[in-house]
Amino acid sequence: MSATTNILVVGIGGQGVMTATEILAEAAIALGHDAKKTEVAGMAQRGGVVSSHLRFGEKVLSPQITPGTADVLLGFESAEAMRWQHMLKRGGITLMNTARLVPPVVELGLFDYPDDPLAEIRKSGNKVVAFDATTIAQELGDIRLGNTVMLGAIADHLPFGAETLLACVLQRFARKGEKLVELNRRAFEAGRAAVGAAEAALA
Amino acid sequence: MAAVMPAPAASRLLLSGNEAVARAVWEAGVKVAAAYPGTPSTEMLEEIATYPDLYAEWSVNEKVSLEVAIGAAYAGSRAFCCMKHVGMNVASDALMTLTLTGVSGGLVIAIADDVGLSSSQNEQDSRYWGRFAHVPVFEPADSQEAYAMTLDAFALSEQFQVPVILRMTTRINHVKSLVTVGERVAHTGLGFKKDPSRFVMVPGNAGKRIPLMFQRERDLRVVAESSPLNCIEPGSDRRVGFITSGPAYMHVKESFPDAPVLKLGFSHPLPFAKCRELAALVDQVVIVEEVEPLVETELKAQGLAVIGKEILPLQGELAPNVLKPAIARLLGEALPENAVAGPLTAALPVFPRPPTMCVACPHLGVYYTLSQVRNLNISGDIGCYTLGAGHPWNALDTCVSMGASMGIALGMDKGRGEADKDKRVVAVIGDSTFLHMGMQGLLDMVYNKGNVTVLLLDNRAVGMTGGQDNPGNGRDIHGDEAPRIDFAKLVSALGVKDERIHVVNPYELPVLFKTIREEVKVPDVSVIITDQPCVLIKDYHKLKPFEVIDDKCTGCGNCIDVGCPAIHVTRRGKEVKPSGKEVDLAFVRIETSVCTGCGLCVQPCAPKAIVHHVPTAPLQFIKGGCSA
Repeated sequence: MSATTNILVVGIGGQGVMTATEILAEAAIALGHDAKKTEVAGMAQRGGVVSSHLRFGEKVLSPQITPGTADVLLGFESAEAMRWQHMLKRGGITLMNTARLVPPVVELGLFDYPDDPLAEIRKSGNKVVAFDATTIAQELGDIRLGNTVMLGAIADHLPFGAETLLACVLQRFARKGEKLVELNRRAFEAGRAAVGAAEAALA
Repeated sequence: MAAVMPAPAASRLLLSGNEAVARAVWEAGVKVAAAYPGTPSTEMLEEIATYPDLYAEWSVNEKVSLEVAIGAAYAGSRAFCCMKHVGMNVASDALMTLTLTGVSGGLVIAIADDVGLSSSQNEQDSRYWGRFAHVPVFEPADSQEAYAMTLDAFALSEQFQVPVILRMTTRINHVKSLVTVGERVAHTGLGFKKDPSRFVMVPGNAGKRIPLMFQRERDLRVVAESSPLNCIEPGSDRRVGFITSGPAYMHVKESFPDAPVLKLGFSHPLPFAKCRELAALVDQVVIVEEVEPLVETELKAQGLAVIGKEILPLQGELAPNVLKPAIARLLGEALPENAVAGPLTAALPVFPRPPTMCVACPHLGVYYTLSQVRNLNISGDIGCYTLGAGHPWNALDTCVSMGASMGIALGMDKGRGEADKDKRVVAVIGDSTFLHMGMQGLLDMVYNKGNVTVLLLDNRAVGMTGGQDNPGNGRDIHGDEAPRIDFAKLVSALGVKDERIHVVNPYELPVLFKTIREEVKVPDVSVIITDQPCVLIKDYHKLKPFEVIDDKCTGCGNCIDVGCPAIHVTRRGKEVKPSGKEVDLAFVRIETSVCTGCGLCVQPCAPKAIVHHVPTAPLQFIKGGCSA
């Protein structure tokens, strides 16, 4: 019935998941879509699980993505990307940062961090593309560019062109000087290229 | 802090429900807005405080915030107050008599229910307050409605001289969607008109107001019957019709686009005739309400055959993945196809990731110490420090309501059984929670000669909700200077003996340990105040980070017991002690990029393997001179 697009952005508190989703929402709105963005926040800022839902289309009703209906899952962290696999629809895709952020409960030996989340996701039958956003950001000069790398990573998996999303990203930095705008432009393109290269390798 | 320039009228903005309400509060010409922070309501007042032309305050608790709003509304000005669901329990004493006096200027009370328990101790349904206090309840279903209904609520409030409850839930407060905003209309207060028969609620006066309150409720039901906020959307599939409100309305429309729906925006007093009208259209009526069966119970009492909690859960959100199977079962159909549309029918198993305390949090020292002291029963309270109940500390035994640590500790002391006769009772409470509702409990403890050691964790912020200012940190809602309470003087004034009051630095573990150990032995009320700021506020200053010398680390794992998220295990091993006992080893590293040098982990490290980090090549990867 509807042509609503469901994007699920996941990670842990403090990684910038909610901001990234908001920028995606701004891009969808700039193109005339109705959009709703929701997440469970609150205690999540204390290193907990964050999953941010973005739905956009002609008219969005429920803000929540029903399990099994997400088009794209953008994972800021490996185990978190794995945690939400059941949200993807058949034919959906996971774009995931290979970063591993190990919580205290694992360090204490109470639980195990999966050895290879990427392999587990593949085994589940879902399509997944992995890349190292953290290293890409570091190579560009600042680990904080990681969020822009992540947004670049999803840019070619949206029902609209990358340039609108890039414009929304850069708008956030417009007041902070041309240098930062340029760095973010490079981070965005690096994220795009990383996913493109990983997909080419898979194909 | 200067107010920001509000977006011009007719702007189409991506706003959360909280931001949308704030905008409407400003447009409605509200003069006074007050609140105590609480998830998911906090951002309403935070946002309101950025608007010009109004007074906003963080009050010490929800009851005071409502009383401040009541005073402004008595004075003839428009007033606004907001809180999380449990906050209304605190404020309800004022509400239950406010409903008799009514208001002069419009008064809207926004209550944010945490349906789904994202950050709360219970899931109570605030729509009950409308029934209990006989005041109208509005329920928005998205940000645009939150904005529009806030404006409508002020108009209704003044028309009927009644406070109006705007009932929201996390899925309204924190969801961002598009809102078209309007123009601000200045509201001129009428001034306070003295009228003891109305504003002095002694029995003789109050008794005369009760019939007026019930007449008002009857009149409001008539208004609700014809209100555009309550509308029937006739659908083509007449097998099931839905009566619903708030975010559940969106879930119903998403799940059953062709079904007839009565959307209740003005949900109390319930428009019975409208409900019957919907029932006449369809074979069966299902009530979809989060979370308790209020509408359902009232309609059943009216003799309407409706279905509700027989088929829907009494807890949590009624999202499409809950609704679709329930209705399919009701209709005797196979489960709808997209309930199992994805390739995975269940989540892959992944470790839990509970919220943690921050790197270098001053509470880490407190809980590490408490976890090392034996024979304690520890009553806790509401805030970041509730996390002390978790791993690795397991050093908090109760959490009930704001300030409850005080009374519960005293009750544990007075009610101790034989099994606990050697146990020491400790209460842990944060600065803001203490000012909110803990002071009276401490006074009670002193007056009744309790034997409790109170740990007052002063981190100069309302931490869990995002570090809001409070009377303990000397800043007001705008970050401007404000009188700062002296906790040592305050507890002294409440009767704690001066020699039983200690102010300690929670990063100095030996001092903290010694102070706690000594005070728990004294059969009296002691207060130990820790005085270091929350690491997320501007008062906190980072120090040089630490690192682990790998060769020196013996894998004892003592540092891991501090619970700091910057400490990571690099490898594990086993060691057989001379006694023959096998122990697990965990060798560690410190994530120097996030370590702020608090030094807590250094102190329990026996081999002195943790030293200041010497950067080998600082900023080496910063190409192009980025200074971001």
